[in-house]
Amino acid sequence: MKILYFAWLRQRVGRAEETVDLPDGVTTVGGLVDWLKGRGPGYAAALANPALVRVAVNQEFARLDAPVKASDEVALFPPVTGG
Amino acid sequence: MIRVQREDFDVGVELDKLTRGNRTIGGLASFVGLVRDLHDPQEDGVAAMTLEHYPGMTEKMLANIEAEAHRRWQLDASLIIHRYGRMEPGERIVLVACASRHRDAAFDACRFLMDWLKTKAPFWKLEETASGERWVEARDSDDAAARRWTKDPKAAE
Repeated sequence: MKILYFAWLRQRVGRAEETVDLPDGVTTVGGLVDWLKGRGPGYAAALANPALVRVAVNQEFARLDAPVKASDEVALFPPVTGG
Repeated sequence: MIRVQREDFDVGVELDKLTRGNRTIGGLASFVGLVRDLHDPQEDGVAAMTLEHYPGMTEKMLANIEAEAHRRWQLDASLIIHRYGRMEPGERIVLVACASRHRDAAFDACRFLMDWLKTKAPFWKLEETASGERWVEARDSDDAAARRWTKDPKAAE
């Protein structure tokens, strides 16, 4: 699975993108976020406050209960501030 | 039409192109967003701002938002241009424009495009100040502005 990070989430995680092997049992956005938190202190800091984390699956906003699979492109980022 | 670009744009040229040749258009409303240096007295001023975005999703979301405006109002033409990269106070960030037979549709659709864009298009602003960089935080007032256009308020969440 390809995962992208933007803005301060990218800075805290320490990378803009990565490709991960999705572990068995991770089938939803929420499950993915919980698994990522365990990958290191940068991830834990970036994802500590769920209210400040938005997720897009294949470039569409997704809720925590949305399904994910290995072929998806998933992006994690803070609430948007354009315009 | 939507465009995501690093370079500046010429508002006059863009608005002229949007309506040229269509003689049924009676009103053209537009909004230009600028980089501002407006900060709390205890904070440092904004020397510059860098807009980060999610290439691919940005274009997709702007196209969705524009299509939704055309579903809700009778528009003859519309345009969203949003810049990314580094900009200084006074520079243009975004242009939205809507043309219609009558002014109400043009005004309302223009405001709708900005309100939805601010909460749905994947852009993030990083401000440069004398004491360092800071990410601009999303504002509750922007969420409230976007919710005004939701037909079913529960569906907005």
